[in-house]
Amino acid sequence: MTTTPTAADSIMGDVPDGRFGRFGGQFVPETLVGACQEVEHEFRAAWADEAFRGRLDGLLRDYAGRPSPLTLCDRLSDELGLRLLLKREDLNHTGSHKINNVLGQALLAQRMGKKRLVAETGAGQHGVATATAAALLGLDCVVYMGAVDMERQKLNVFRMRLLGAEVRSAETGSRTLKDAVNEAMRDWVATVESTHYCLGSAMGPHPYPFMVRELHRVIGTEAREQCLALDGRDPDVVTACVGGGSNAIGIFSGFVDSDADLVGVEPAGGAAVGRGVAGIVHGSTSFLLQDDHGQVQEAQSISAGLDYPGVGPEHAHLAELGRARYESVTDAEVLDAFQLLSRTEGIIPALEPAHALAWVSRAREELAGKTVLLNLSGRGDKDVAQVAEILGEL
Amino acid sequence: MGTLEKHLRERRDSGRKLLMPYVTGGITDDWLDVIRAYEDAGADGVEVNIPFSDPVMDGPTIQAASDQALRRGTTPRTVLSELRGLDVSIPLIVMTYANIPFRMGYRRFVEECIQSGVHGAIIPDVPYEEMDAWEEAVGDADLDTVMLASPISSDERLAKLTARSRGFVYGVNVLGVTGERSEVGTWTADLAGRVKQITDLPVVMGFGISSPETAAAAAAPSDGVIVASAIMRLLLDGGSALEAGAFVADLRRAIDGV
Ligand SMILES: Cc1ncc(COP(=O)(O)O)c(C=O)c1O
Repeated sequence: MTTTPTAADSIMGDVPDGRFGRFGGQFVPETLVGACQEVEHEFRAAWADEAFRGRLDGLLRDYAGRPSPLTLCDRLSDELGLRLLLKREDLNHTGSHKINNVLGQALLAQRMGKKRLVAETGAGQHGVATATAAALLGLDCVVYMGAVDMERQKLNVFRMRLLGAEVRSAETGSRTLKDAVNEAMRDWVATVESTHYCLGSAMGPHPYPFMVRELHRVIGTEAREQCLALDGRDPDVVTACVGGGSNAIGIFSGFVDSDADLVGVEPAGGAAVGRGVAGIVHGSTSFLLQDDHGQVQEAQSISAGLDYPGVGPEHAHLAELGRARYESVTDAEVLDAFQLLSRTEGIIPALEPAHALAWVSRAREELAGKTVLLNLSGRGDKDVAQVAEILGEL
Repeated sequence: MGTLEKHLRERRDSGRKLLMPYVTGGITDDWLDVIRAYEDAGADGVEVNIPFSDPVMDGPTIQAASDQALRRGTTPRTVLSELRGLDVSIPLIVMTYANIPFRMGYRRFVEECIQSGVHGAIIPDVPYEEMDAWEEAVGDADLDTVMLASPISSDERLAKLTARSRGFVYGVNVLGVTGERSEVGTWTADLAGRVKQITDLPVVMGFGISSPETAAAAAAPSDGVIVASAIMRLLLDGGSALEAGAFVADLRRAIDGV
């Protein structure tokens, strides 16, 4: 049966050719093309298979704790002069939105008969989620993490090891997320017959940007229903932080056909969309921080999870279409927002979604009286030691 | 037929195994002397790498070579402009990653290659599905685009990539990234054989060739070999252009004995 495509479909619908306007694609070595095609084929089959969907939905509910709540922030709303709703992905098992994607991909790996997962991680949240899913399903797991990130996210390194994963440090380049992706791809080139690359954001070669978006669509779908139940209407603004762009694409997908403004928030030191120069790295064409010669530049952010010079190709496309806009905030603004949410609502956010809040706080005049839905993509436990070091005694 | 392909076919058809050493452009001050030494040692072509910050098909040695070159201020333009004055008669093939030509603009990059006397290009992260824009930019310029074949490419993929390949087909010996290996595995003969059934383009094997023995083993079922990491390690360790040349001469003797 074929359905007639709607306007929304053409923006955030199927991606048969792996392209989002002039972005996306499958820029991988020949050795990986077959594997990417297999992932696409199996994902499409699984996504159309009720048994697979039932199994995933069951895990999301009984293991990860979905649906995640929607919280109306009374005190902070008053303080900012707007109406702030939080989509509480921080309350998922493992503490972030990453688990949605990982449970889907781990089940997919099992379906493909792959016994080993490799993943990259920045803040360690995707690594922890992957290690968790691997433990749950009895798969081997290797996580690559930049040496710098291993230092600033020690707690997550320990969690991954406790969960039975092997954590390997990426010692090249900036020794952060970009280099962890390089190492994970190098591993995959050598192990592709036995291994699934469990990529942690809505980036990389086709079908990852599409697949990861579909696996996070649950965020947007739930949030839209929850907003309707609460207010009888859509929010005015939907905002999320953007590293590779998975939590943002997940929540945007629920509202792309609404009248809500979609606002992605990047770190000032990693504003790939903000700078707007196209490039090809890690499997797709998108916006990319790079020098005049095409060498990829190192991002600089207080948040390991956003310390990435690229961005998922669909965000580049949404920006170019004007359907979403992208703002950037400084580390100092992020630290303020981190403390603000902690003090006013009793919620310690991860540094990543604190970026989105930092923008809301800065833009409060523009947003006065509006209902703003913010994707609180993770909780802040992992960041507390780092922030304590920066702020000193409170 | 392009200059590169014509040259390699002639040599192959005369019964000679092809030897194509690699050099990272800008790795040392005298990297052009390295190319001259390769020619003197009997190389049939040279693969010149334009270093990229994030070479995902490369292992630690070539990453280090790229880093060293980039730290020395190497850019795509310095590599291509330095090649302009080079007085060698064997063909040059640039190897780089997609973002380098993409950033410069494919068309501009092709023009610069031609002006620098380059006759071939290898871009490992542009599989044939992503190749249209690049091929269009090449047009009828005398620049052969060499495609890589993997041990796990299906027969269908091999047929398609071989049909788009010019100059030669680059057979990858291993599943994995570049780097020295002590032996040539069973994939080499298998892949070389499968490609040869499809095409009469020269089939040259690369990745993991690190010694006269491995060079001979990979050249036997194919038309020749590409050698990279072993020589780059020699240069990274402070070896001279002449020493690099001497190593290539050893490889030459080994494959001539096949
Ligand atoms: C809590 C949290 N939010 C956001 C991100 C950024 O990833 P993405 O842009 O894919 O949502 C991370 C990455 O580590 C994270 O841990």
